[in-house]
Amino acid sequence: MKTLVWVEHDGSTVKDATLATVTAAAKLGEVHLLVAGQGVGAVADAAAKIAGVSKVHVADDASLANGLAENVAPLVASLMGHHDAFLAPATTTGKNIAPRVAALLDVMQVSEILSVEGPKTFTRPIYAGNAIATVESADAKLVITVRGTAFDKAAREGGSGTVEAVGGAADAGVSSFVGEEIAKSERPELTSAKIIVSGGRALGSAEKFQEVIIPLADKLGAGVGASRAAVDAGYVPNDYQVGQTGKIVAPEVYLAVGISGAIQHLAGMKDSKTIIAINKDEDAPIFQVADIGLVGDLFTLVPELTGKL
Amino acid sequence: MKILVPVKRVLDYNVKPRVKSDGTGVDLANVKMSMNPFDEIAVEEAIRLKEKGKATEIVAVSVGPAKAQETLRTALAMGADRAILVQVDDGVEVEPLAVAKLLKAIADEEAPGLVILGKQAIDDDSNQTGQMLGALTGWGQATFANTVEVGDGNATVKREIDGGLQTVTVKLPAIVTTDLRLNEPRYASLPNIMKAKSKPLATKSPSEYGVDIAPRLKTLKVAEPAGRTAGIKVGSVDELVEKLKAMGVA
Ligand SMILES: Cc1cc2nc3c(=O)[nH]c(=O)nc-3n(C[C@H](O)[C@H](O)[C@H](O)COP(=O)(O)OP(=O)(O)OC[C@H]3O[C@@H](n4cnc5c(N)ncnc54)[C@H](O)[C@@H]3O)c2cc1C
Ligand SMILES: Nc1ncnc2c1ncn2[C@@H]1O[C@H](COP(=O)(O)O)[C@@H](O)[C@H]1O
Repeated sequence: MKTLVWVEHDGSTVKDATLATVTAAAKLGEVHLLVAGQGVGAVADAAAKIAGVSKVHVADDASLANGLAENVAPLVASLMGHHDAFLAPATTTGKNIAPRVAALLDVMQVSEILSVEGPKTFTRPIYAGNAIATVESADAKLVITVRGTAFDKAAREGGSGTVEAVGGAADAGVSSFVGEEIAKSERPELTSAKIIVSGGRALGSAEKFQEVIIPLADKLGAGVGASRAAVDAGYVPNDYQVGQTGKIVAPEVYLAVGISGAIQHLAGMKDSKTIIAINKDEDAPIFQVADIGLVGDLFTLVPELTGKL
Repeated sequence: MKILVPVKRVLDYNVKPRVKSDGTGVDLANVKMSMNPFDEIAVEEAIRLKEKGKATEIVAVSVGPAKAQETLRTALAMGADRAILVQVDDGVEVEPLAVAKLLKAIADEEAPGLVILGKQAIDDDSNQTGQMLGALTGWGQATFANTVEVGDGNATVKREIDGGLQTVTVKLPAIVTTDLRLNEPRYASLPNIMKAKSKPLATKSPSEYGVDIAPRLKTLKVAEPAGRTAGIKVGSVDELVEKLKAMGVA
């Protein structure tokens, strides 16, 4: 089987989410990559070095500069004439593009796979991860998104794929990119952080979130996450949200501070290696999944903890 | 401009899903069902656009069993004008691809300016239908919307993406899918719930639209995820620091 993997990049480097997707693709067959964008020669060269990659298709065109699904999907669909499976990381980019490809191919997508069980059989979470379904596709081609935390990352070095330019990109003329507000941060990205400190509604304000959560995260060199309630209340930006409909994370240590543990939140973090919870309610559901719990007021406990580290 | 809003009847988000002991699925017998939360946000957004004079009519659509009428009545009570139920037998699950094909057929008939869907149904967690409808119609798609501004022949949408926010403009007609922070849906008032009972609700079948709803994915098994058990509670910050040190974290 020949697979085609969507390479997520920022114009210069390949993002980590791609590496887990390569591992999933390698379980199905030969791994080809697609690097799409404008001025992406360096990305293509980096992609060709990823372990296990045999070919990199490069589509360099102004219409692909911002990854608009309307322009990307037809290009991918045309390449699927000689590939059997298209895989994209289950990031907001991958989720935006892959279903559009699937419908063009008249294929039912398999979303957020957790494992490859056979050439057409996969497991995937449903109901916020409260159930795991094993599904078998009856379609001739496969379109798949891959949950990054469920697969090891392929090594960035060791491969020697050939690089091949592909043409045919065009502007579908139905959408255009206006702008982006991307938070620049020195902090580890949530989906690849080893330690995450997350705050919930209990923090009460953006100021308190800064004052209490950030120093602890700094001490631990941790990424910072939040519950939906904390994001909705405006304590932190939307891309901090961990959960069923936010980011899925699985760090070595996840520290939940003032988070109750709603199923939608647990869906995003319950595969963390060690979960630590600080909550003043000893019956909070978060304690049912926490390896280590500390009951009490976060406004005294967290500064004390930060001070003692 | 007409707005089409697809709404799905799903297990209420407050109910903890239970996997059936025979491994065939999640138990939906005698549990509370509600409108998919993201679809409530979609209905709300459509109503706000109508209130702002940007839209003239809101048509709610559901693909599901007879009981999905309740979900459509909820949409009507919130403020949708009429509803279409594409009815299937109880227990039949219609996959996103087939739902998208039915919506495409309905869009051909109704010629909406916007279709506003939820970004994901909280039962199958597929996050596909809107994008698939985008492919089938050839229209632009603004997924994971955080704000929607309808202009002259286009819509400008701020999207929630992994690193922050992205703004795109899509030509109308277009597809929008909702994220959590687009708005806070209203509750239907009692008088509006009463009024909704007499709003038009048409019932159709997939075959009337010529759409084959046979599933492409076969569910071989549904299982509980590997469970986590509660660990220990520590009595003080000092104890927690010790644990962190033992893990090599601090
Ligand atoms: C469709 C849908 C999707 C959703 N997706 C997500 C998602 O992706 N991610 C997500 O997180 N949520 C999601 N939610 C929301 C989820 O259901 C919960 O509402 C949310 O997670 C609650 O956030 P919280 O734990 O911060 O707030 P709360 O539930 O209000 O909990 C606050 C906790 O803080 C504790 N506390 C209060 N004061 C203190 C103090 N001084 N010291 C210590 N502890 C204190 C309380 O005991 C309580 O346990 C979703 C909901 C829906 C309907
Ligand atoms: N059976 C259905 N009936 C009506 N709308 C649906 C149905 N299934 C999915 N949708 C719409 O598509 C969105 C995304 O669903 P999904 O792709 O299944 O995650 C939902 O939020 C609904 O707006």
